[in-house]
Amino acid sequence: MNTPFNLWVYLSASPLTWLGLTLAAYLVGDVLARRSGGHPLANPVLIAVILIAAVLVVSGTNYAIYFEGAQFVHVLLGPATVALAVPVLRNRQAIRQNWKAMLVAVLCGSVIGVTSAVVFGRLFGASELVVRSIAPKSVTGAIAMGISRENGGDPALTAVLLLFTGLTGAVTVTPLMNLLRIRDWKARGFAAGLAAHGIGTARALSVHPTAGTFAGLALALNGIVTALLAPLLLRLFG
Amino acid sequence: MTLYGFVVLVIAQLAGESLSQAFGLPVPGPVLALTAIALLFWRREAIPQPLADAADALLRHLSLLFIPAGVGVLQHLKLLREEWFAIVATIALSTALTLIVTAYVFVYLSPAKEEGGK
Repeated sequence: MNTPFNLWVYLSASPLTWLGLTLAAYLVGDVLARRSGGHPLANPVLIAVILIAAVLVVSGTNYAIYFEGAQFVHVLLGPATVALAVPVLRNRQAIRQNWKAMLVAVLCGSVIGVTSAVVFGRLFGASELVVRSIAPKSVTGAIAMGISRENGGDPALTAVLLLFTGLTGAVTVTPLMNLLRIRDWKARGFAAGLAAHGIGTARALSVHPTAGTFAGLALALNGIVTALLAPLLLRLFG
Repeated sequence: MTLYGFVVLVIAQLAGESLSQAFGLPVPGPVLALTAIALLFWRREAIPQPLADAADALLRHLSLLFIPAGVGVLQHLKLLREEWFAIVATIALSTALTLIVTAYVFVYLSPAKEEGGK
């Protein structure tokens, strides 16, 4: 006779359970984020991570067991990064018209993003692992974790820091730009996507379509540029 | 069909990873693949539909793909407890500075200053 405990022993050993939990938690996070009317703190990733972490802690499941199921989602980050080529191609017209502003802004933004993270990290006494993991904090998920891995950081720690960065950028971009009297939607969106990757882009999209388009472009371009520059910057300031 | 597009994305990534590994490049494989595809189709008018469909399907739920790595926070609770102040202060200041510099440079170099916002 199967007791609920036996059933749990069976289920918890199956990767499908953890894959299912990941998908279900995302759906809950997505619904809650939409219900909140796009409040920047009601982020679907944040909600899902908290839900899953709670289940893992309560059930005493370690991360390696969880990841056996969750890896099927995680592995798609790579193809999703490659897929960013499509929004770039769709916006060729906007790129041609604004290429000079975009090129210089992405170079400056990337250098400032990485350098200031390393310098402030050192200044506030963060450990070496944190400094190296925080350096690509403004870059989109899969690329940031790749950069972290290539440069002596911890990709999983970077993923957490990315979440903090995205939320910080999404919450502060509107008041900050108003304070500085920057009214150009292109500039506002580009800054949001560059500094706060996907979460900043989602925020820009919800505010203005032009801001959203330029946020998406900034996200893709900053991923490429920072991947190229980060090793150099970390050697200079690391 | 979306599946063809997905196969293209996966093969492009594998090619990028192989290049990155073989030559010890500091650039992640997916970034090489993204750049290659963008350059390859830059001069053509249309993006192949299966590629566009597969990309849209993946990007629509980009946040989902981020969750397994985010749950990794569980492995770093001790580190976060010890260094939370440095982490929060660094991210807040660095993110604000990045936003300001990027927006200012962009506005300064923009060709036309139409389209105002609030």
